[in-house]
Amino acid sequence: MAEHLLLRNRDVPDLRRLDVYRAHGGYQAARKALTEHTPEQLVDLVKASNLRGRGGAGFPTGMKWSFLPKQTAKPVYLCVNADESEPGTFKDREIIEENPHELLEGIVITAYAIRSRTAYVYIRGEFRRGHDRLLEAIAEAHAAGLLGPRVLGTDFALDVWVHRGAGAYICGEETGLIESLEGKRAYPRVKPPFPAVYGLFGCPTIVNNVETLACVPHIVERGAEWFKGIGPASSPGPKLFCVSGHVVRPGTYELPMGTPLREIIYTHAGGVPNGRKLKGVIPGGASMPIFTPEEIDVPMDMDSVQKAGSFLGSAGIMVMDDSVCMVWAALVLERFFHHESCGQCTPCREGTGWMHAILERLEHGRGTPADVSLLLEVANNTQGNTICALADAAAMPARALVTKYRAEFEQHAALGRCPLRPPAELPRAHAHG
Amino acid sequence: MPTVEIDGRTITVEEGVTVIRAAERLGIEIPHYCWHPGLSIAGNCRMCAVEIEKAPKLQIACNTRVTDGMVVRTTSEKAKAAQRAVLEFLLLNHPIDCPVCDQSGECKLQEYYMDYDRQRSRIPLPDKVHKGKVIPVGPRVMLDQERCIMCSRCVRFCEEVTHTSELAFYHRGNHVELDVAPGRTLDNAYSMNVVDICPVGALTSRDFRFRARVWYLERTASVCTGCANGCNVELYHREGRLYRYVPRYNPEVNRYWMCDAGRMSLHALQGEGRLTVPLRRGADAFAPAPWDAALATAAQRLAEIARAGRRLGVVVSAQAPNEEVFLVRRLAAALGAEVAAVAWSPPDADHDDLLIKADKNPNAQGLRLQGLEPDGGLDALLGAAARGEVAGLVVHRCDLTRWRAAPAVAAALERVGWLVVLDTDLRETAQFADVVFPLATHAESDGTFTSHAGRVQRFTRAVGAPGEARAGWDVLGDLVVRVGGAAPREGADAVFAALAAECAPLDGLTWERLGEHGVLAGASPQAA
Repeated sequence: MAEHLLLRNRDVPDLRRLDVYRAHGGYQAARKALTEHTPEQLVDLVKASNLRGRGGAGFPTGMKWSFLPKQTAKPVYLCVNADESEPGTFKDREIIEENPHELLEGIVITAYAIRSRTAYVYIRGEFRRGHDRLLEAIAEAHAAGLLGPRVLGTDFALDVWVHRGAGAYICGEETGLIESLEGKRAYPRVKPPFPAVYGLFGCPTIVNNVETLACVPHIVERGAEWFKGIGPASSPGPKLFCVSGHVVRPGTYELPMGTPLREIIYTHAGGVPNGRKLKGVIPGGASMPIFTPEEIDVPMDMDSVQKAGSFLGSAGIMVMDDSVCMVWAALVLERFFHHESCGQCTPCREGTGWMHAILERLEHGRGTPADVSLLLEVANNTQGNTICALADAAAMPARALVTKYRAEFEQHAALGRCPLRPPAELPRAHAHG
Repeated sequence: MPTVEIDGRTITVEEGVTVIRAAERLGIEIPHYCWHPGLSIAGNCRMCAVEIEKAPKLQIACNTRVTDGMVVRTTSEKAKAAQRAVLEFLLLNHPIDCPVCDQSGECKLQEYYMDYDRQRSRIPLPDKVHKGKVIPVGPRVMLDQERCIMCSRCVRFCEEVTHTSELAFYHRGNHVELDVAPGRTLDNAYSMNVVDICPVGALTSRDFRFRARVWYLERTASVCTGCANGCNVELYHREGRLYRYVPRYNPEVNRYWMCDAGRMSLHALQGEGRLTVPLRRGADAFAPAPWDAALATAAQRLAEIARAGRRLGVVVSAQAPNEEVFLVRRLAAALGAEVAAVAWSPPDADHDDLLIKADKNPNAQGLRLQGLEPDGGLDALLGAAARGEVAGLVVHRCDLTRWRAAPAVAAALERVGWLVVLDTDLRETAQFADVVFPLATHAESDGTFTSHAGRVQRFTRAVGAPGEARAGWDVLGDLVVRVGGAAPREGADAVFAALAAECAPLDGLTWERLGEHGVLAGASPQAA
């Protein structure tokens, strides 16, 4: 894609300042939305655009909005999921830090569309800079009449509040986020009821990801057909891909949905450095099954990646060269999920810890051949029977790693050590806390 | 109304009924830990996952509403595999210390392991996560964090029922621990309910733990006498000893709960002061007397006073069941005595909007049903006694010295010509008596109480009375007959029948018709 849409900040210096953002057409889409569209028309427009959520699940955004009750005496809330914490994912961060008015404009249009007059941005606690810049942007927008009692001079009123998280991965799950926002422990809620019916403070609530909302002004400005024309029509739009690991140029890339994974790694990110060979790629953040080098011709859109056996997820592309021990990779992942499991549902609470323990044994030379199939079995039992998707997020990568690199796991058990790393180099699994 | 098929059997239920409830109605138990009918749905234990046709994944029966044509399989291979998996996970870090665990015998982990799991542990013992043990989270509840399966029933109870929120989870993953909030203690008035609803041995009663293995205990349906609410209970006992009250479900009275004070009131039933033989005053002191002789003496003296036309009084307290109140009235009628009723409660008695009533008597409403106004007529009677005008007085289940200033009562009782006391324990009033009859408690006899709401509820004899103590209806009936009156002698149920025949709000009621949940007085069709 020649022009940046979501990351126009890369082309326009100081775009995070309101005057610069407005000088480059900023808030025109909001004005158009508020003065030329009814809320229902906006919901239909976003539905027609086929915009799908960028947080990881890929749920159609317009359809989500349409689940709100048509009549309600309660306030409707918009929650912005800025708790970007999927390992390998760093896209929302750039929007928040460098292009915050694009997010705010998306919030204004979305809040108007869903008849909400209060939006909460739940921002990852570590995003201190993003938090401060967002507050600055909100203050600017307030002063300019873009937020507050009369947005853009209309009768539409909107307040935006920013809430900092305290470091738990589970707060990115939408109902965990809602619980946390209410001041409670972020135990994801059992569904139904869904947030659209019973969300924040028991009121109808829409939770949308930052990148999702950043797409909305562009759809309003240029139309659903234009948006649908970027990448495959069933999962279209500009997409931010976060490339990390063993590539020459790691970073966030804004490319059309459906760009082949191979092209992202080799053309945009410069390929694998130091003459090393590619060993595997996780395409959608730590929760998603890994691809082998033979599988990377997949177009990076939601349906294609799913068809290929993984998920686009948060588009956190983690590239591993042949120096990486896959048992160690699995250990690092499971240590994370064990640490972050909220502990509410039995299979996840116990399964993540068990998988972590088995991988510790294997990687540290204390495993047995039986541990490899035990790991698979535990992963199977962990998956598919929990309130939220964290258990699946923990089980899927483990299953894929064992299935696709099984010989390596068995070699660890047979050798009684990691063949790739001398014992001294092993990172210590840190204590749980 | 949707019709659902569960394990090949169909049932039609109201809109909104969940699969676990519909199955219950078919007599199919879907195993579960976190779900409790008196609490919100948590959906966290995953034990109730069942296979539902057309659903891609297993669904939890506790949070899935029945839809028309739904086909549910609770014992399919997929469902069974999930049950086994959940149990293996639950037991993974569990200490499996059943031999020293007080929950043994009523533990859902034990039961479901035998029913649904039966596989060997696949975790090396040293790998188990360790947590806190023997933590006194409150004055009446002990916590073992290692046994906890994080079902959150107790947490939800303290949030949703008592609104006190003492308990919460801390830490994450398999390091999650149940604990009291910092600086708090689990001391709400209903804290012991968390012991009942804890499906495992994590929360145990400091009062009951290690006192008996539950499989040795027998259970008898009864009613708590701690206050006028009439909470339905099961009385656990063995070889004549009472061990604990556990609330018995009654949707109209106490649902699944009861208060801690009510539970602890059990201990007073077998206290040190129990009377075991009839006592007759000799020259100075009481001496044990045979029943027949003691009854004969009492009846003879009361009848003489009556014949002499001198003033006689009978005092009955709201501790007495309906049957005894009825026979007290019969006795008074036969003697031409005046009746005073007493319903004593401490002036600062606690009460709340949930179950606890300020009236600490189990049967004040029963007195009213029979036309006796509690605390009516007693001052006049005591005044007359103080003036030496009362020749004979019968005091039934009542320590008058608790009701009025003790010295004044003592002075009045000393001037009563002939005092008969019937009670379970030797209390202050009995010290002035000429004859004392030992009575059975409600745990040792049959009868009915009428709750503050007017619900007539049965209690059932669980254990024998100590020594020679006899049921109140039996002693009173004997006295009535001996002074020339008429009283049913076949049993307490016959006394109730006689009462129902003359008391309009109880018209048409029999013990059988009271059932396990009791009946509102005046609600009987015959009474209308």
